[in-house]
Amino acid sequence: MATENKDLDIKVEYLTRVEGHGNIVVNVKNGKIEKCEFHVVESPRLFEGMLRGRSIFEAQHITSRICGICSCGHSLASIQAAEDALGVVPTVQTVKLRKLLLDYEFLDSHILHFYLLAAPDILGAPSFVPLVETHNAMIRRALRMKKAANDVCDILVGRHVHPISAIVGGFTKLPRPKDLSAMLNILEGMKTDLADTLKLAASLKFPDFRRETEYVALVSDDGEYPLLAGDIGSTDGKRFKKADYKKATNEFIDPRSSAKFTKLSRDSFFVGALARFNLNYDKLHPEAKKVAESLDFKPVCHNPYLNTVAQVVEIVHCWHHAVELIKDLKKNGLDYEEEITVGLNEKGAIPVRAGSGVGSVEVPRGILHHHYETDAAGMIKRADCIIPTNQNINNIEYDFQKLLPEIITLPKDTIRLRLEMLVRAYDPCISCSAHYLDVKFVE
Amino acid sequence: MTKANVSTKPKVAFFDFACCEGCQLQVANLGEALLDILGAIDVVEFREVMSEKWDKDYDVAIIEGSITDHHAEERIKKIRARSKVLIAYGACASIGGVNGMKNSFALDEIRQSVYGKDYKLFDSTPTRAVGQVVKVDYTVNGCPIYPPELIEVIKCALRGLPYTVPDNPVCSECKLNENVCMYERGVACLGPWTKAGCNSWCVNNGNICYGCRGLVKHPASGAAEEVISKYNLKPELIKNKFDMYNKCGEADAALSAKGRK
Ligand code: SF4
Ligand code: SF4
Ligand code: SF4
Repeated sequence: MATENKDLDIKVEYLTRVEGHGNIVVNVKNGKIEKCEFHVVESPRLFEGMLRGRSIFEAQHITSRICGICSCGHSLASIQAAEDALGVVPTVQTVKLRKLLLDYEFLDSHILHFYLLAAPDILGAPSFVPLVETHNAMIRRALRMKKAANDVCDILVGRHVHPISAIVGGFTKLPRPKDLSAMLNILEGMKTDLADTLKLAASLKFPDFRRETEYVALVSDDGEYPLLAGDIGSTDGKRFKKADYKKATNEFIDPRSSAKFTKLSRDSFFVGALARFNLNYDKLHPEAKKVAESLDFKPVCHNPYLNTVAQVVEIVHCWHHAVELIKDLKKNGLDYEEEITVGLNEKGAIPVRAGSGVGSVEVPRGILHHHYETDAAGMIKRADCIIPTNQNINNIEYDFQKLLPEIITLPKDTIRLRLEMLVRAYDPCISCSAHYLDVKFVE
Repeated sequence: MTKANVSTKPKVAFFDFACCEGCQLQVANLGEALLDILGAIDVVEFREVMSEKWDKDYDVAIIEGSITDHHAEERIKKIRARSKVLIAYGACASIGGVNGMKNSFALDEIRQSVYGKDYKLFDSTPTRAVGQVVKVDYTVNGCPIYPPELIEVIKCALRGLPYTVPDNPVCSECKLNENVCMYERGVACLGPWTKAGCNSWCVNNGNICYGCRGLVKHPASGAAEEVISKYNLKPELIKNKFDMYNKCGEADAALSAKGRK
């Protein structure tokens, strides 16, 4: 088919199998791309506005409700920002437990995305539901693994969706030796399923597509794969302290769409598993590196579809990291004196002050920033939350612009599916509606 | 014709409005138990995990999230018109939840504070619970929902049986769980005024109750005053805590006051 006079009109309303509401709009007239956009149509929830007047000790409880999927990540970014504002330095034990929590978060979220949201595309199914019949063992495995990741989280912080015991200053409840053993048992029980997951990942064929872009993730000078702390770094050689997160995101409004966009050295950048993989490959757990090698997956990889593969590599990394952390905690024991009481502000246990603090944490979908300013009574005056999906939207559109001409001769349904798959590969979480606005279509 | 179309199983759909989708996730977190439920029903729409769409009526529509703009209002009315039974699940849907905190501010002011001068281009209405816009047949409280309760409610809904949300306070469960009361530890907890049914989830994990399941119908106001005076609390502190989840209730109070006029 000649492309010169091809007309194409694709409108995917409420893209499925992503968190939150997004639309894809594509218009091609006489082979010329007139419109190729990804819109976010989540109704604004105004979290930053609602935080004003709340105690900084409550921020974590509220902002975890920005997103159920990565509520532990939001909690951790929020706690970090609050502690930064208050001048609280967490203990070594607290930091270890927070790292463990983040490992659980990655396991839970990546498993969900890989099996239930991304895999159906590659297996040619509209969702995991028909796969219950055609791939029963696989679906059972997915649900079993998801539940295992969820269960370890329940033990550590009370529940995965909106953790209970992780708060500013530390933990209200610390895992007892029997809890550590239970977590270890659950993780070790995942071994066979993990091996089968890798087999599945090796058998999947992802679309071939390449676009060079800038990758942004936390970077650090120590040997650990940085998830909980570090500077903001990029593959174009940029590096900022987290306090300068604004310089690394440069939010701007573009009349094309209502979502706020971000950029750094170029027109757009990529955050998420692939960005972390590209920037911090050397620091991955050796077992995770082995998996990457066996999949012939190397940095710097410029195929956004392979973000899903980077997630699989991170599943392996986080599993090993978590197991090692628990073994360390079991061996060295915990100091239960560190258990803290919630509502510290009421008791005045942590002095409050006027201040400003930033939390920058890697969550499954990429780097997340929370920033709070408080008054002398520890009440929030201003809040800013920049979520990963927000940072990726711009990059998704630039991918669209390059991808569409390459696939334009394919049947419309295939084009549509490829575009949907591309967005899903980013594992967007639009319900983190911090900066999204409603879109009116101009037809 | 595909198998799903000839099945006589009830057609169930999940929908989400302004929310964090955490309640949906609680469904996914049921693990393999989810397959048992899926065996008894036909899930015909569930945007977060399915691409399938359904164009006929729903036997049961399960709604998550609050109504916060005009488009959502139209959408929920259309869903209601097509559904035999409608379940609101999670604090966002059942009582407005954290989204209700928006109602503590003048609407234009809070919109402007987040989006600057162009805020008017984008629609936003005061937050309402689903039941403040359309008729709701069942509610499942909580932020997030407590999964055993959701299963219970779905069972009742499928059999056409009533489900009564327990109307005793979280303290009743907390006492059974033998927690040291937060007031004894010098911290204010909303347990005395909040509906039980979560097995005092937060207090068991060392936190306070934030009131996510909504207020009991007839809070023992005498006991409330006693708690407030015994522990020398500032009533504003307690009110501020209530506003985290229960701000939309005020719209209800205002509505019924209007109705009485
Ligand atoms: S009730 Fe809570 S968990 Fe459920 S959708 Fe709303 S914010 Fe999320
Ligand atoms: S006030 Fe809170 S901590 Fe005390 S008994 Fe009631 S629910 Fe439990
Ligand atoms: S203890 Fe209170 S805040 Fe926690 S889940 Fe139960 S009702 Fe909700």
